[in-house]
Amino acid sequence: MTALFERLAKFFSTSAFRLAVMAVALFLVLAAMLAGVLFWQTNKVLTEQVLTVLRAESDVLKAEAASGRGALVAAIAARSRPEGPALYFLADSTGAKLAGNLNRVPPELAGSSDGGVFRYKPDGGAGAAERLAVAIPVETGDGLRLLIGRDIEDQRQFADTVRNVSLTGFGALSILGLLGGLAISRMILNRMDVINQTSQSIIAGNLSRRIPIDGSGGELDDLARNLNDMLDRIEGLMVSLREVSDNIAHDLKTPLTRLRNSAEAALRDARGEDAYREGLERTIEKADDLIKTFNSLLLIARLEAAPLEESLEQFDLSRMVEDVSELYIPAAEESGFALAVDVGQGPLVRANRQLIGQVVANLIDNAIKYSQGQGCGSSISVSAGPGPGTDGGAFISVADRGPGISENDRQRVLKRFVRLEESRTKPGTGLGLSLVAAVARLHGGELKIEDNQPGLRVTVVLPERIVMRSGAARAAPIAMAGAE
Amino acid sequence: MGGQSMRVLVIEDDKETAQFLQKSLKENGHTADLAGDGESGLSLAEEGAYDVLIVDRMLPRLDGLSVIKTLRTKGNRTPVLILSALGEVDDRVKGLRAGGDDYLTKPYAYSELLARVEALGRRAVPEEQQTRYVVGDLVLDRLSHRVMRGGEQILLQPREYRLLEYLMQHAGQVVTRTMLLEHVWDYHFDPQTNVIDVHISRLRSKIDKSFDKPLLHTVRGAGYTVRDGPV
Repeated sequence: MTALFERLAKFFSTSAFRLAVMAVALFLVLAAMLAGVLFWQTNKVLTEQVLTVLRAESDVLKAEAASGRGALVAAIAARSRPEGPALYFLADSTGAKLAGNLNRVPPELAGSSDGGVFRYKPDGGAGAAERLAVAIPVETGDGLRLLIGRDIEDQRQFADTVRNVSLTGFGALSILGLLGGLAISRMILNRMDVINQTSQSIIAGNLSRRIPIDGSGGELDDLARNLNDMLDRIEGLMVSLREVSDNIAHDLKTPLTRLRNSAEAALRDARGEDAYREGLERTIEKADDLIKTFNSLLLIARLEAAPLEESLEQFDLSRMVEDVSELYIPAAEESGFALAVDVGQGPLVRANRQLIGQVVANLIDNAIKYSQGQGCGSSISVSAGPGPGTDGGAFISVADRGPGISENDRQRVLKRFVRLEESRTKPGTGLGLSLVAAVARLHGGELKIEDNQPGLRVTVVLPERIVMRSGAARAAPIAMAGAE
Repeated sequence: MGGQSMRVLVIEDDKETAQFLQKSLKENGHTADLAGDGESGLSLAEEGAYDVLIVDRMLPRLDGLSVIKTLRTKGNRTPVLILSALGEVDDRVKGLRAGGDDYLTKPYAYSELLARVEALGRRAVPEEQQTRYVVGDLVLDRLSHRVMRGGEQILLQPREYRLLEYLMQHAGQVVTRTMLLEHVWDYHFDPQTNVIDVHISRLRSKIDKSFDKPLLHTVRGAGYTVRDGPV
């Protein structure tokens, strides 16, 4: 019982219910006003009609009176029928009745000279019910007093019926409105309950729950869809955050352990001050590596979570790639590589210059690192420009003649910290390519890993939307180094 | 290291870091005052005539960027080095836009911080307009873009010229690899390998090789310096 009461109380407190009740109330007030005006007007028109008839008759009777008292008495007597709507009362100056079907001057009109409404009992029926009538006095002169009237009991009963019907109608409307309000609020409340339950379940930690969409296509479906999309996005971010923290926890443990071991070994070293110094330097070096890894991880996580705005600049992509390549040429030559740079003109892009620079640096650094000592392969070619197709956009490509990456491993190397077995002995954080992929994604582009036959070709394809002005491919490759 | 002694204000809420900086700067011949929050840092910076401010970005009461903005709107142009744990992508741009002169991400090597502080302190002395840099018998003429040593002209590639120009502008001071990458190449990213070293050794082979006295020195664990005399 209390449960039902609570449920009702909940309905009554919903805004849907309140709105429905307000709408019904407003409708009822307007309808009552309309009915009232109609009722009042109809009554007035009918009464006017009766009065007009009475005045016309009064004129006729005045004419009769002019032709003598006897004529008037005869006329009244002739008109007076015991049953019928026309009522008459004619008396002499003493008040004695001369003719008519009323027995006396109705007490309601006794002192009145304008006539009015009164009640009377029709002749012949002692038990007959009182009826309503209206009468006016007629000026006949000659000391006579004449009242003529009409029975309006039928009109009154009609008015009563109209009033009763109206009241019943209003009652029915109020109840229907109330029920309608309840039904609407129940419908909305049910959907809201579902949304609330889902939200609570999500708050409790069940992040994969979603609000069901009932396909009615209304605003509530839109709301549910938007909430679900929002939840998807939040869940995606949470998952990538969790991945990052898992990776940090997992993959920073190894270098941290090494750092600790190195410090401990130095402490135990009996050779004295020089050994300590050496050990400390080694420790700082390892700490720096750790910081580098940590920074790369954070950078990747940030790139995946948030778009850039502040740091976008316009620059010539080809010029920039040439520039970074130039930075690497001496280092590449030192390692026995010829770095061939083949760039076109432009395109002019709007992007983060530092991040794109980092991409080029990582790709060249990878190429040097992983194709070193491969005998045959001692050239690295860097290219950039519009394309690679004709659909706008731009590309940066770095190709080497090293061992390449087998087809099965190409997706895997993009993952954080993935270092293929063959490369474990080389220095590096294992984050280089994932950072490149993250930067490409951030700019709406993608990363392609292909076979350079032999060797590896890594291409970053950037979308048309970052291109401000397209450029032109350079006709012939120009070797920038290795020719000296 | 160094040159003239400088007055430095360190606005940093981590006590240990602040004291480490104070002690280290003192060892390098500078004096350092400490402020533990943004408000006291701001009032100290306004009162004292400091050569360089080191401002942490995240400070209690008033954050680092607001401190710098307030100083700049009041016309205080003391060079500011921003220290930040936020070092990614947009943060650097925001920091420099707020009025900072240089930006260093935590954790940093002390040698990197010292080199930058000394470079900033020098900036207060207006020598940017200088048209000739002279170190020993090495002369760099900024108008004709010519480099002479011992009366002989040395031909340099454009990038080598800019490398030498930056080093000679900071003659006597230590310049780190990151500073070179930032100022000569305008890149703030991590180049993965020591690409700068090879550029330096090429430059060195041109300006020092056939002369008895080397002018371009490597400072172990820190960077490079151009100076006439022992390091």
